[in-house]
Order: sequence, then structure tokens, then C-alpha cells
Amino acid sequence: MRNLWIFLSRYNAFFFFIIFFTVGIILTIRNNMYQRSVTFGSTNELVGTAYKRLNVIKRYLNLVQVNDSLAAENAALKTQLLAINGIDSTQVTKVKDTTNHQQYTLIAAKVFKNSVTLTNNMMTINKGGKDGIVKDMAVISPIKGVVGFVESVSENFATVRPLLNQKTFISVVLKKDNAFGSLVWGDDNFDYRKAYVKEIPNHYKVKIGDTIITSGSGGFPRGIEVGRVSNTSVSTGDSFMTLEVTLFNNFSTLHFVYVVKDKFAEEVKSLQPEVKNEQ
Amino acid sequence: MNSRAILINIFRWIALLFIQIFLLRNMAFYNLSTPFIYVLFILVLPFHIPNLLLYVIAFITGLTLDTFYDTLGVHTSACIALAFVRILFISVSLNREAIDEPEPSLGNMGFRWFSLYAVLCIFVHHVVLFFLEAFKFTSLTYTLGRTLLSVVFTLFTVLLVEFIFHNRKSA
Repeated sequence: MRNLWIFLSRYNAFFFFIIFFTVGIILTIRNNMYQRSVTFGSTNELVGTAYKRLNVIKRYLNLVQVNDSLAAENAALKTQLLAINGIDSTQVTKVKDTTNHQQYTLIAAKVFKNSVTLTNNMMTINKGGKDGIVKDMAVISPIKGVVGFVESVSENFATVRPLLNQKTFISVVLKKDNAFGSLVWGDDNFDYRKAYVKEIPNHYKVKIGDTIITSGSGGFPRGIEVGRVSNTSVSTGDSFMTLEVTLFNNFSTLHFVYVVKDKFAEEVKSLQPEVKNEQ
Repeated sequence: MNSRAILINIFRWIALLFIQIFLLRNMAFYNLSTPFIYVLFILVLPFHIPNLLLYVIAFITGLTLDTFYDTLGVHTSACIALAFVRILFISVSLNREAIDEPEPSLGNMGFRWFSLYAVLCIFVHHVVLFFLEAFKFTSLTYTLGRTLLSVVFTLFTVLLVEFIFHNRKSA
């Protein structure tokens, strides 16, 4: 014991060095993010490889449970899908308008008769007067694009006069500089993917790819994207430009539409009783 | 160790750490060479200081540096290594009983002895410091290059300071 003590005190510098240096290294590793990540990273690599090896075996053993859970999930999803398809969706969706508190209400409707090949196409939806639909309401597409106006209403159904009808005019503007025009279809163009914007004054500079949106008058909420300009040089011979527009929505695959219920439609109409609203 | 030596060492500690933290921390040549002048404090501690006290002082000095450098443990370990080398070198090169100088400074020990002592101590300190900072041996040449360049820089500053104070003391 005494010898050990002598030994320790003779080489005390070295033992103190070991003690203090160990403390220093521990401090370094424990408190410095970088050193810690290196230390535990290299050790983790060994552990991680071992686990990876083990996992291959484990995966095979678990295949039955995985299969079962996937099948159960599939069944649940399929049930949900059937429920959605079977539903006669009468949910009323609301659009917030900041200036007029909740001016527009959307009524979802299912299209069950539609045509795109005629010169004056018509559409029938499964909502009618019972659901609050009246004549001249605007109809829009679920994601992007306009559809048309409600033409006639029965108790349970309504017919929609879509854009693909020569009698339909929809008031639109160019998104970038608010130039007014009206969206029409027909007149040598019977492609359901395209429409014309007429009556845009010649001095506006329009480029291919410019977006056309609804102007906000005539029943449509403002800002619904209608289509993109695909041709600016359609010659018509008058002092206005005519733009060819590629529509965002596809009329041939339309299954659901939203009927836009405008709270102030009656009020606006009563202000201009004499003027026949063309747009 | 009388009270005057304690006061001088406390003053030296404060002055050197102040210079290191507020001036030299922002100084580096091409991010390669950084001077660590504060090692001078541990180098010129009195000869007759007990080993344990020397380690404790080195530990506290390194810890203070680490707090300001945000590298907890790195400077501490380097300072401990420096203290160990200091004890070894002094016990090998000098007869401990025959020492009549109070502290191993340039003026007391002469240029040859002091420069060798400083080079060895600073080299060990910097090796520990830079390798702990890098914490890997993959960029060995870069770390070693940094170490050597910093040793040169630190040695230069240490000798410079020693020369200035040596002249003033002897005058």
C-alpha cells in the first residue's frame, strides 16, 4: 500500500494528466455537436448494418401480417369509394367573399346528360327548384373553368346552357390588365376545347399564354380562371380583337358541376329592369 | 510563491486571455494559421508550483477559452496536455532542486532553453487542439499543416511578448 502510494506520488504528473485529459475529452465529446455526431455516427454504422441484416429476415417473417393489413386497408378504401360514388351529393359548399359577406353559395350537382358535338349543346343536372336553383344562375367546373347558365328549372332537375352553345355569352377579362371581352363559342369553331374572346379593344397587347378570368358580372364570381390565350391573330375584320382561348375544363368529361347561387342576383337585376342582360 | 507572484500571474492571466479572446480570435492567416498567445501564461507559471495546482489552473484556463470559443473541452484537453509536457520537459532538462529562478521565462532561462521549451509545449498543445477540433484523421495533412503553421505563429507571438517584457524587467 505504501509502495503504491509512493509510486503514485512519484508519477503524479502522469496520473493527473490522465485524469484531467479524460475529463477534457469527455467534455469535448459530450458537449460539442460535431464531435458527438462523429463519435456516435461511426458506432452507429456498425449497429445500423447489423440491424439491416436482421431486418431482411424479419421482413419475410412479417409478410403475412403485412398482407392482412394491406387487404384490410384496401377493403376500407373500397367501401369509402362506393359510398362516395353512391352519394347524391347535396352538400352546399360556401365561397367566402370579403366585400359582400358570403355573396356566393355553391350547390354541387351531378351532370347526367351532356353533349359536346352539337352546335347548340345542352346539359342536364340533377338539381332543381327544390334545391334552390333558379333560371340564369351561373354554373362552374369543379377545379377550373366556367360551364354556363341555368336555362330552365323543374322541381328536381335543371338544364344548363353551357358555353358550347351559340347563345351563351360570358363576361371575361384578361387577368393581367383587366381588358373586358365576352367569351363565346361557335362561329366556325365547334371544338369543345376552344372558345373565342370577342370585343377586346385593339390597343391591348395580348400574348399567347395570357390567362382569361371571369369579370364578376353576369352571375359568375370574379376571378374564375377560364382558359389560356392560344392564338391572338384571329382575323375578323372589325375594330376589336378576337382571341382564341384554350379552355381549362374539358366539357366532354364533365361529371360534377357547381351551381353558383348569388345572394344579390335579384337586387342587381331589379336595378336594371329595362336592359336585357346579354352577358 | 509569494503574494506578488500570485498577483502578477493573475494579471497575466487576465491580460493574455483578454488579448486572445477579443483580438486574436478574429485573426487568422488564410484560415490556416491562428496564434494562441494564452499558452504563454501556462508556460511561465512558477517552477515550484505543485503539479495538481498546475493542472487545475490549466483546466480552468482551457475551460475559459472554450466558453468563449464555443468548443467546450477542446482547449481544456489541449491545456492539460501542455501542462503535462511542461512538467516532463522541466524534470528532464533541469535539476529541480538546483533551480534558483522563480519562473521559466526567456529572461531567466536564456533563449536556447526557452525556445526549445516553448516549441515542444506549443507543438503538443496545438496537435491536441487541432486534432480534437477536426476529430478525424482523414484530413491528416490539412490538420497537420494547420498545426505547424499555427505553431510558428504562436511561437512568434510568444517570443515577441517575452522579448518585450524581458527587456523591461532587466532594465
